Amino acid sequence: MERELKLMKGNEAIAEAAIRAGADSYFGYPITPQSEIMEYLMAQKPHERTGMVVLQAESETASINMVYGAAACGKKSMTSSSSPGVSLMQEGLSYIAGAELPCLVVNVQRGGPGLGTIQPSQADYFQTVKGGGHGDYKLITLAPSSVQEMADFVKIAFDLAFKYRNPAMILSDGAIGQMMEKVYLDPQVPRMKEEELPSWGTQGKKKGQDHKIITSLELESEKQEKVNLRIQAKYRQLEEEEVRFEAISCDDAEYIFVAYGTSARICQKAVDMARERGYKVGLFRPITLYPYPFKQLNKLADQVKGMLSVEMSAGQMVEDVRLAVNGKVKVEHFGRLGGIIHSPDEVFNALLNKIIGG
Amino acid sequence: MDIKDIIKEENLVYKRTNVLTENIMHYCPGCGHGTVHRIIAEVIEEMGIQEETIGVAPVGCAVLAYNYFNVDMQQAAHGRAPAVATGIKRVFPEKFVFSYQGDGDLAAIGTAETIHACNRGENITMIFINNGIYGMTGGQMAPTTLEGMKSSTSPYGRDVEMMGYPLKMTELIANLPGTYYVTRQSVHTPGNVRKTKKAIRMAFENQKLKKGVSFVEVVSNCNSGWKMNPVQANKWMVDNMFPFYPLGDIKVPQDK
Ligand SMILES: Cc1ncc(C[n+]2csc(CCOP(=O)(O)OP(=O)(O)O)c2C)c(N)n1
Ligand code: SF4
Repeated sequence: MERELKLMKGNEAIAEAAIRAGADSYFGYPITPQSEIMEYLMAQKPHERTGMVVLQAESETASINMVYGAAACGKKSMTSSSSPGVSLMQEGLSYIAGAELPCLVVNVQRGGPGLGTIQPSQADYFQTVKGGGHGDYKLITLAPSSVQEMADFVKIAFDLAFKYRNPAMILSDGAIGQMMEKVYLDPQVPRMKEEELPSWGTQGKKKGQDHKIITSLELESEKQEKVNLRIQAKYRQLEEEEVRFEAISCDDAEYIFVAYGTSARICQKAVDMARERGYKVGLFRPITLYPYPFKQLNKLADQVKGMLSVEMSAGQMVEDVRLAVNGKVKVEHFGRLGGIIHSPDEVFNALLNKIIGG
Repeated sequence: MDIKDIIKEENLVYKRTNVLTENIMHYCPGCGHGTVHRIIAEVIEEMGIQEETIGVAPVGCAVLAYNYFNVDMQQAAHGRAPAVATGIKRVFPEKFVFSYQGDGDLAAIGTAETIHACNRGENITMIFINNGIYGMTGGQMAPTTLEGMKSSTSPYGRDVEMMGYPLKMTELIANLPGTYYVTRQSVHTPGNVRKTKKAIRMAFENQKLKKGVSFVEVVSNCNSGWKMNPVQANKWMVDNMFPFYPLGDIKVPQDK
């Protein structure tokens, strides 16, 4: 079936894509710059369109735990928020990962720390891919850099979350959430019927079967270690099979930018500027931030002379770029803070000063 | 007469319901938790809803409730059971959903989730075990700890000027339009067990009406946390807990 073309904000695209992906429930709490997600959903009356439940919770703590309850029934469940709200969700995310439940969480990042700013930022990288909550767990993390990807990643994130029974996050930022672009939307996928729900969920004890238990608790250390090892095995598989990235003008590149989301868009402009001036510059864009494209970056390090990691943060992803490159070439960070989006000029100059000239 | 002559099918007067598993409960002897479990399980059996019920266990002594109830169960983070139960009920409005929580869980760390689930009028059954103390972590002060009552974090008795007042959560949520049936019971005598069973039955039946939360508080003992034997604990509960937490219905459906 044909995809439908619309002009939408990134936040609206996520909401519409969620309905069309057959999501069963959304629980959320308002916060700028992502409140349009719940506003759009409420206005769409998804209960009438597909039977999807949309509920405004009393806090992000409550919304992530509502997601837990619905996800543990085997239903496609999601929430969205921005940085301060996602901080409140960390306990719930740890429980969801520990209980091995699938769900989708969208973080439309804003600047911090604290209440920070409502302007875009990419300073939640550490929180997202290095833990955030307690315990050994990972969030499958997709980083869209366009409104189209905001829409497309909803289905991909749900599919991965269900395949691995692990929470998935779309890590976006206020710029992509708020900007309007053309977007091709997939046709409606029907919601799962009761008989199609995954059998591990609590749907009421079936005759002749054991009751289902969803928990993240195991008091015996030997058993708890086994649970942990099982979860870690999933992560190793994810790291082998699910890495996504985009390499733009990298084939002949001598220098590359490494950037995701909004910063990747800026870097793409800077690549054009650099090429016009005769520098062989490319852009490596990780799409999955977990699992991170370590191997691919390591390979690129054999070819290029230096890398500039560009993020709207004080330098978080740069640590993973350095890990990937493992000292083979120089890796530096550039990024504006506090909700400021760096300009292509600034980024290009940073490449000149820190990598090419430096 | 040999004991084998007595243990016979025709002499059977009481049997464990199938809605409880055969797992041996870890509760301290004399604790109310086990009795309330049994009552809930019997109600589920008598209503014939074992296959349509989903329960939510708390963090607290009842965290392992999922090993005892032979129905589909979820374990919630500390205090979050009402939000988890909301998530379940919203995607499965026709199933019977209950949460089971202690006083630290429901009335301290989970206060917001409790009040808002009640205020939204979720069509769930909430069971609240009030033993005036944090049992699981070793007898610390709870929001429900009585004035002057000793606990490991109020070793000289709860000083309300410093530590605040005991919280009557049940009276509080009874004021909310989203609660349909609110009652306070106990399980320390056979008569009270019967009354509590009636209340819990009503609290489950109400889910069919879709008129909001049915909330059953059970004032219970924690002989370990209170540092008493079960008999002393029950007497202490009658003498001290009941005057502050009086038993009986607090909100009954007007249309009943
Ligand atoms: C976030 C968090 N904080 C603290 C704890 C530790 N903790 C476990 S149970 C409990 C208190 C339980 O008391 P209550 O709800 O009254 O139940 P009871 O054990 O008395 O039945 C606490 C504080 C925890 N598990 N999680
Ligand atoms: S510690 Fe208290 S509440 Fe917990 S099982 Fe023992 S008596 Fe019951």
